[in-house]
Parts: sequence; C-alpha cells; structure tokens
Amino acid sequence: MGSSGVLQGQLLAADNEVDFMVHGLYKLPFQFLGQDVYITTTHISVLIVMLVILVFAVAANRKIRHAEERPGGFQNIVELIVEMLDKMVYSSMGKYAKKYLNYIGTLFIFIFISNISGLFGLRPPTADYGVTLPLGVMSFLIIQYNNIRHNKFGAVTDLFKPIPLLFPINLIGEIAVPFSLSLRLFGNVLSGTVMMSLIYSLLSKFAIGWPGFLHIYFDLFSGAIQTYVFCMLTMVFVTQKLPEES
Amino acid sequence: MNSNITNEGLILACSAIGAGLAMIAGIGPGIGQGIAAGYGASAVGRNPGAKGDIMSTMLLGQAVAETTGLYGLAIAFILLFANPLLGKL
Repeated sequence: MGSSGVLQGQLLAADNEVDFMVHGLYKLPFQFLGQDVYITTTHISVLIVMLVILVFAVAANRKIRHAEERPGGFQNIVELIVEMLDKMVYSSMGKYAKKYLNYIGTLFIFIFISNISGLFGLRPPTADYGVTLPLGVMSFLIIQYNNIRHNKFGAVTDLFKPIPLLFPINLIGEIAVPFSLSLRLFGNVLSGTVMMSLIYSLLSKFAIGWPGFLHIYFDLFSGAIQTYVFCMLTMVFVTQKLPEES
Repeated sequence: MNSNITNEGLILACSAIGAGLAMIAGIGPGIGQGIAAGYGASAVGRNPGAKGDIMSTMLLGQAVAETTGLYGLAIAFILLFANPLLGKL
C-alpha cells in the first residue's frame, strides 16, 4: 500500500489529470426522478454547434436569395454541400428521396459539425450518450412510422415471418436498431476523445504539433465516416420498410 | 495471515482486469474489417470503374462489423469510470 503513491507518480509521467468526462457546470434548483439536474459541458457544446450551423444557414440563405448566374466563392461551397447531400440520398433511396432529404441532410450536418468540433477544442457533443441516443431514437421512430404506414398489420405479422419460433429474435432485432445506431456513433467519437486527452495529458510536454495528424484521423476522418454511416444506415433501414420500387 | 486488501480495492482491481478482458472484443472487428478491406481492394482491382460504390459498401459493412467491438469498449468504460459494482457494497 505504501508504494502506491510512488507507482502512481511513475505511471502518470505528467501531473496533469486525464480529463475527458462530462462536467456539471450549474446545478438546477430541482430534482428529476430523485437525481440532481445539471447544465453540463455537453449543453454548452451543443449550443455552440447550433449557433455555428444557424449562422451558416442564415448566411447561405441570404446568399442563395441573391444567387448569381456564375457562382462565386461562398455560393460555390453551399451548392457543393447541397449537391453532395442530394447525391447521397438519391443514390440510396431512389424515388422516396425527396421526402427524406431534409431529415437526412439535417442529421448529416449536425453530426458532422459535432464530430469535428473536437478540432476546435470543444468536447464533441456526440461523445455524450445523451446526445446520440435521441438521434438514434428519432431514426427509430421514422423507421417504425414508415413500417406501420406501409405494411399496416404486416408490421406485426412480419415479426413472425419465417417461422413463429423466431418472434423474440425478430423483436430484439427491431428494438436494437436505435441502440446500435447510437452506440456506434458514441463509441467512435468517445474513443477518439479519450485518445486525444490521453496524449495531451500524459505527454503534455512532448505533444507539440504532431498530434495534429492524430486530430486529422480521429476527428476529421473518423468523424466523417461515422456521420456517413449513421445517415446511410438510417436510409437503408427506412428504405427496407417502404414498398419495392417499380 | 491477514491481508490489507479492502473490499473497494478488490472491486477496483477486478474491474480493471475485467475492462482489459472486455477489450479482447477488439480482435473480432479487426479481423472482419481487414477481410472486408481486402475484398474491397481486390474488387477495385478487377473493376476500377466502380470504385465509389465499392468504397461506400465497404465502409458501411466495416462500420456494422465494428459494432461488437464498440460494445466491448462501452463495457470497459462503464467498468472504469461509472462502476456499478461499487454501489453494491
């Protein structure tokens, strides 16, 4: 027991605390289900991300209203983003794309900006399960809404489809969708955040410049891939429930 | 012989070992993603024109294969930072 202090000093070369947790900033004066309610760092990051998106949206709206025949700098970027989203949704949803373009586009922009906000020193909001679970649940509700709307009672009888014995497995397969969607995003972003904070706190004196490459991998590359995957899986699940294209 | 190990210490030590064991789950996704990437590379070699489609299919499959590893990661994080066993003492 006596040597644990020395050992700890050796293991953590720097004295900096490894810090990647969500912190409560302001305690709200009421309780919810017996738990204290806090305004956390995640709320602040989400607000900042929303503010950035809002400013960008207002600027893009103003620019597009006075659109020029030959697009210049900013208008080019806006058109590029919209065309990219259009192409992505149309390629995987076909004739149903028009209805879901707005939802998928919103999802894509919010998750992408959240994921890359680690580049600017924020703790990414998507590294909090309280942010990703609602996103997963939203997708789940849209999937089940389409399922019930297009298959009517088939939504229930499909669960008994190959043989009735498989009903529990089919049910779990349906219910697991929001959790697998949200856990995938959460796990990827959190692991990136943990790696970066480990590097910055344990190698604090040597972490100059070169962690930039790790930022490009963990924040930009991994964040973009996970955004794409989240939107793609949502579209695939929704399209599965819709009637076949003729 | 009397030991100085407290109940909390025992639980923390076993949780740390359990977190390490949970990360063995990383083997599966590694192998799976490698196989997917290998077949993706051979598909691009055979048909370079379809690179975009192959790439997006490959990434989607890899992301799905990654899920099991992330469940292991989630369990490791729960054991390390939000240990539910300490409350059971």
